[in-house]
Amino acid sequence: MSSIDAAAGEAVAAEPTGPPGVPAAPELTGQRVIPLRHPGRWIATVIVVVLAAQFVHGLATNPFYQWDRFGYWFARPVILRGLWITLEVTALSAVLGLLGGIVLALARLSRNPVLSAASWLYVWLFRSVPLIVVLLILFNFSALYKTLSLGVPFGPGFLRFDENKLATELVVATVGLSLNEAAYAAEVVRAGILSVDSGQHEAAAALGLPKLYQFRRIVLPQALRAIVPAYVNQLIGLIKGTSLVFYVSLLDLFGEVQTMSSTYPGDVVPLLLVATVWYVILTSVVSVVQFYVERHYSRGAVRTMPPTPLQRLRAAVRV
Amino acid sequence: MNAIAAAVEVHGATKSYGAHKVLDNVDLTVCPGHVTVILGPSGAGKSTLLRVINHLEKLDAGYVSVNGALVGVRQHGDRLKELSERAILAQRADIGFVFQNFNLFPHLTALENVAAAPVATGRATKAEARERARELLTRVGLADKADVHPRRLSGGQQQRVAIARALALRPGVVLFDEPTSALDPELVGEVLATIKDLASAGTTLIVVTHEIGFAREVADQVVFMDGGRIVEQGEPAEVLDRPRHPRTREFLSKVL
Repeated sequence: MSSIDAAAGEAVAAEPTGPPGVPAAPELTGQRVIPLRHPGRWIATVIVVVLAAQFVHGLATNPFYQWDRFGYWFARPVILRGLWITLEVTALSAVLGLLGGIVLALARLSRNPVLSAASWLYVWLFRSVPLIVVLLILFNFSALYKTLSLGVPFGPGFLRFDENKLATELVVATVGLSLNEAAYAAEVVRAGILSVDSGQHEAAAALGLPKLYQFRRIVLPQALRAIVPAYVNQLIGLIKGTSLVFYVSLLDLFGEVQTMSSTYPGDVVPLLLVATVWYVILTSVVSVVQFYVERHYSRGAVRTMPPTPLQRLRAAVRV
Repeated sequence: MNAIAAAVEVHGATKSYGAHKVLDNVDLTVCPGHVTVILGPSGAGKSTLLRVINHLEKLDAGYVSVNGALVGVRQHGDRLKELSERAILAQRADIGFVFQNFNLFPHLTALENVAAAPVATGRATKAEARERARELLTRVGLADKADVHPRRLSGGQQQRVAIARALALRPGVVLFDEPTSALDPELVGEVLATIKDLASAGTTLIVVTHEIGFAREVADQVVFMDGGRIVEQGEPAEVLDRPRHPRTREFLSKVL
């Protein structure tokens, strides 16, 4: 440090002696350049650290959060049951929504004007109608359907109807979320396909590769590079979007938390914290998976693969 | 029309983009094993003519045949009807195409790029295709780059992989669309040398290029195009050294 400071002093001293505009007086060559100091960054860092510490301290010591009750509820079977429903609905709608999205995107990009218009119309409709409205309409449809099915002679008895109730609500929730998800996924997939250079389509066509092969092996792997980050964003929205299924009487994580808080009004805050932490865990897992999936699809697109956190850690330890 | 089987025959090829005629009644015959070089200013219709031969572009009128078979269309009485996309894709296997910007598949290794088409079109098993791909990469001097992704190759190396890829289906004719125009000057030589090797091995080639030296050395036939028409064609010595048409003379005086 002191040697650099000395060099700086020399540099300043040397400046007036040289003619203006002519660099590299003999004493200046071979000197190290002193990096620009950033005092503002240090000030900002201190402010952020103090605020963060204050927040964490409050979180830990404020009795308002009732961390003992949080511990009590966190892994209760009733909460885990809700968590399972959340996972189930998310996974089903994510897969069905993505498949639907691929079909819609291909329809939209097809040269058939009717298919293209139909796909556009679908996306327009489901992006315009709030998810909660879609779910409630489907819920009421299914209620209507059940009433009708009761009128059919030799149909299922009343008791079996009750047993099927949960499954039916799961179906309503999954269908509603999938329909909504497909509309957004269609745009994500379409953007991904359009991001692939037209030269790739031409090269595949010039080699006479069959249409399906062109899409599956040439276009899609390259499109996924653009699709994955956008779709994971969508997926995280979906995880939290599943909390709306409470309104079609499906008790997911949020639903169970709501039900428990009306039974134990004193535990509202810790119960909400339980839901929060579980949702944070779910999105964190998805983000980690995203990193590795993105890395997988960056093959060939970058000269060197970005290191995994484990590789980075190993490199740091070795140095 | 020639009775002998021409490798490529273009007859009355006409194509317009709106009011602009890119190809205006073009006739071209390429004999098997011959190298045809197409010269001309940009916008002359050279690339379009090449892309018409493997039906990447459709003709408004006229037809193309490769090894005696109509490309992209079939005869129906005295009319020509467009073939299905599947049939066109099958036909393209017989016509290799090398692009100016290589257009290698970036997510596949050099070997996978070369081996993809024979497997996808059901002409070879995976093992056969990989073996042939290795041979082809050796032929273009890149045996040691088989497992490398295109982005880690130089432009010249990428173009040589692209040439190997075009040869993987054993096409009757290979089309080159300005294969060296996107390369650094010092990399042009290696690609031209690879094309020369093909020519001396008796492959039928049609090359759109600005490399006059290459045309003089390798071509059996030089075609000069301007404004969507073939202005002049003949042996390289004729067209390059004693051009008859003033437009050819003007062009050559600028590029030589």
